[in-house]
Amino acid sequence: MKLTVWTYEGPPHVGAMRVATGMKDVHFVLHAPQGDTYADLLFTMIERRNHRPPVTFTTFQARDLGADTANLFKTAAQQAFERFTPKAMIVGASCTAELIQDDPGGLAETMGLPIPVIPLELPSYQRKENFGADETFYQITRSLAVAQQKSETISCNLLGPTALGFRHRDDVEELRRLLNSMGITINVVAPLNASPEDIARLPAAHFNVLMYPETGESTARWLERECDQPYTKTVPIGVGATRDFIREVQHLSGIERTPDQSHLRLPWWSASVDSTYLTGKRVFIFGDATHAIAAARVARDEMGFEVCGLGCFNREFARPVRAAAQQFGLNALITDDYLEVEAAIEAAQPELILGTQMERHIGKRLGIPCAVISAPVHVQDFPARYSPQMGFEGANVLFDTWIHPLVMGLEEHLLQMFRDDFEFHDAAGPSHHGHTAPQANTPAQAPSVTPPIPVPEPSATAGAEIIWLDEAERELRKIPFFVRGKAKRNTESFAQDRGVTQISVETLYEAKAHFAR
Amino acid sequence: MTKAHAAPMTSAPVPASRGCTDTPILRQRGQHEVFCGLTSIIWLHRKMQDAFFLVVGSRTCAHLLQSAAGVMIFAEPRFATAILEEADLAGMNDSHDALDEVVAKLLARRPDIRQLFLVGSCPSEVIKLDLARAAERLTQHFAPNVRVLNYTGSGIETTFTQGEDCCLAAMVPVLPNTNPADLIVVGALPDVVEDQMMQLLANLGLDRVALLPGRNAGVDPHIGPNTRFILTQPFLGETHAALCRRGARHIAAPFPFGEAGTTAWLQALCRAFNISDNRFDEVTAAPRARARRALDAHRATLEGKSVFFLPDSQLEVPLARFLAAECGMTPIEVGTPYLHRDLVGPDLADLPGNPTLSEGQDVDLQLDRVRKARPDLTVCGLGLANPLEAEGLTTKWAIELVFTPVHFYEQAGDLAGLFSRPLRRKALLHLEAAE
Repeated sequence: MKLTVWTYEGPPHVGAMRVATGMKDVHFVLHAPQGDTYADLLFTMIERRNHRPPVTFTTFQARDLGADTANLFKTAAQQAFERFTPKAMIVGASCTAELIQDDPGGLAETMGLPIPVIPLELPSYQRKENFGADETFYQITRSLAVAQQKSETISCNLLGPTALGFRHRDDVEELRRLLNSMGITINVVAPLNASPEDIARLPAAHFNVLMYPETGESTARWLERECDQPYTKTVPIGVGATRDFIREVQHLSGIERTPDQSHLRLPWWSASVDSTYLTGKRVFIFGDATHAIAAARVARDEMGFEVCGLGCFNREFARPVRAAAQQFGLNALITDDYLEVEAAIEAAQPELILGTQMERHIGKRLGIPCAVISAPVHVQDFPARYSPQMGFEGANVLFDTWIHPLVMGLEEHLLQMFRDDFEFHDAAGPSHHGHTAPQANTPAQAPSVTPPIPVPEPSATAGAEIIWLDEAERELRKIPFFVRGKAKRNTESFAQDRGVTQISVETLYEAKAHFAR
Repeated sequence: MTKAHAAPMTSAPVPASRGCTDTPILRQRGQHEVFCGLTSIIWLHRKMQDAFFLVVGSRTCAHLLQSAAGVMIFAEPRFATAILEEADLAGMNDSHDALDEVVAKLLARRPDIRQLFLVGSCPSEVIKLDLARAAERLTQHFAPNVRVLNYTGSGIETTFTQGEDCCLAAMVPVLPNTNPADLIVVGALPDVVEDQMMQLLANLGLDRVALLPGRNAGVDPHIGPNTRFILTQPFLGETHAALCRRGARHIAAPFPFGEAGTTAWLQALCRAFNISDNRFDEVTAAPRARARRALDAHRATLEGKSVFFLPDSQLEVPLARFLAAECGMTPIEVGTPYLHRDLVGPDLADLPGNPTLSEGQDVDLQLDRVRKARPDLTVCGLGLANPLEAEGLTTKWAIELVFTPVHFYEQAGDLAGLFSRPLRRKALLHLEAAE
């Protein structure tokens, strides 16, 4: 039994729904009690889909348990087939149905439906959403793919995008443009927008582009083994990774042509002097493994940040994240416990979090800006505008979205110089975020009123109690809010290393000099 | 009680007919597109400031709570899920030991908690985990600081708002019986609405009034054989039965939505406590007039429009009464997860027109009826709203009706506004090219 406040992933059947809902002409019959239909709203509300997910829930109730839930399943499957006339059906059980052991796969087989029926094993008490999506896509491909000749022109499949994926819609479009401009045809994109016929055609491609290992790796491996299709290992998020990806594609395809890069702006935006203020900003990165690893490289090599924390919530990918963290001199944080992530961020006191919607919440609580780089998603992660993460346009998007939460360059200086300015003060936050600046402390109140942005509490981990002398604490409050947490943490660790238990103004500036860079 | 209600009152509108009292109920069996009872935790944990709700369930339960919580995801939650794992199911762990450990960890981290609800789920019901026994054991262990109760919010037994019903029903047996109240008002209301209501009741001369649920454990109502109770929500069937078992007597009334609903609800109280018509008129004349004025603003949008309710919160019958009788709408179908005649009888009697009444759901067949009827407004859950909008229908998400202050006089206009806004929005948007 594990105490859980928020979860990074849903149960595996939600992963299966992401595959089914992304596809065309597929129907999912899910043996599940009333209430599991909540998952529909993920697609219709968060992603704003204009159709119900193609999922029939059998809706058994307590009074059915002693009676005939198996027959209920068969009735639901038969009616779903007649009403929705899918070209393939997948069947499975949610967590409760797994306990009553009706075997939806076996039941469906006895029905003799004239379409392929693909049974899913989704162990709800061991695995999670990404596994469910990966497994479902793999089972569908295994069942429906047909061995065939490779296409005449050089072509590839794009594997992994699903419904409810973080920017999958736009990543597919960006990679399509990029690959087409190299002279490579897209054979099939799957599972997003693929029909059972499309899945059958997967083996016609010369190679596969594995966009999201979390949801497509089992399929990519199977196609490599069974259909002689190698797949790309680099996920093209960021300038460097996109260039590596292009080289990989050139190698796999034998095509030398390079894609058009004239719209790539990140390198100059990052090199131009306004971006100097980004130098060495400490960032904490947490998300799914693929996005976290990619973000770390972009943060260090393309933005000039210092990565001070790196981790992922999907344990299946712990190994590559650990390896990546090592390159940054860090221990990877591998956990799906939201409270553990919060504690790690609090201890690291970064100046920017690159995380999920969960970390955005943590950032709000701790007063640390956050940009979202990964699922789990929120309605805001489905923007109306074109907003990919992958490819060259994706790199431009990363620059903009990561910079947005920060205080801008000159404003940083103004905040340093005119701390109690009526407009630029602690409680106002970055000026371009538009919320009304609360009135600064009037001089009369100033001595007695504590600034509204709290200084993070001293780290509880410190062995001996470290005390801030009044004067030092006042000096600390003069440091602008967006670097105050770091200054406090640095000073305390400086003091602790030297066995100093009382921090004076002297200590504060000693520490400042020590950490100067 | 029903008889008492039918007795004429000077200022009460006397029902001209029996409304929909005798309308046959359409019952179909198929896919339900509804939330399970766990969802009630989303408002209950805000209402009871010192309570924590621990769901004993699966990852699905945790995911539901966070998805349904939607906009509220960033609030400091007083709920969590103890997720069952393989070892718990295979009998490798003693589930009760595991639960004790989780609760000890939780209470150590949250010393502000005074009441802990162990909430059963589909998986915990199917494996027959005895949460009543666990609650008893944990109460003994943590007394007197924390009271531990249990109820089920499982989808195999409860729909959406029934979670609140089961929660309140679980509280009834432990209500103290010293200094019993004259009146208990039952149902979780937003604080602002509750304050307005208490003021109205005080103005009517009712001062020994208690609330279930109280805002914290210290103010739980006291109950005795002379206690009477009235419901503010139509989904409280189990709580109603539990209170009757404690000897309290129910005051039947239409539910306090809109001007007429609130008036009839208050009049039922006045009859029960022998409060004079004069006093009633004195107290309510001004708010009644305000409520009527507020409704007038929306009637132009709503009058003559048809409305179709898909089952969601059990508020459907009282709300259909409000829309039909007070806003001039025409209900085509009123679908509800459960129809408690004992509780919504007075509203049914005041429901004009000739709508289909349906209980339970086969969502596909019901959507066929929606498409055939093409109502001006469809009240439905979040899973269905955008797909229906995409088909050109106008919808109102039902969940907002339980998350928004909608009861009593001062909210009558807001309640009508929830239904008129989608219609006004549709009229405002011009997204096609100019002709």
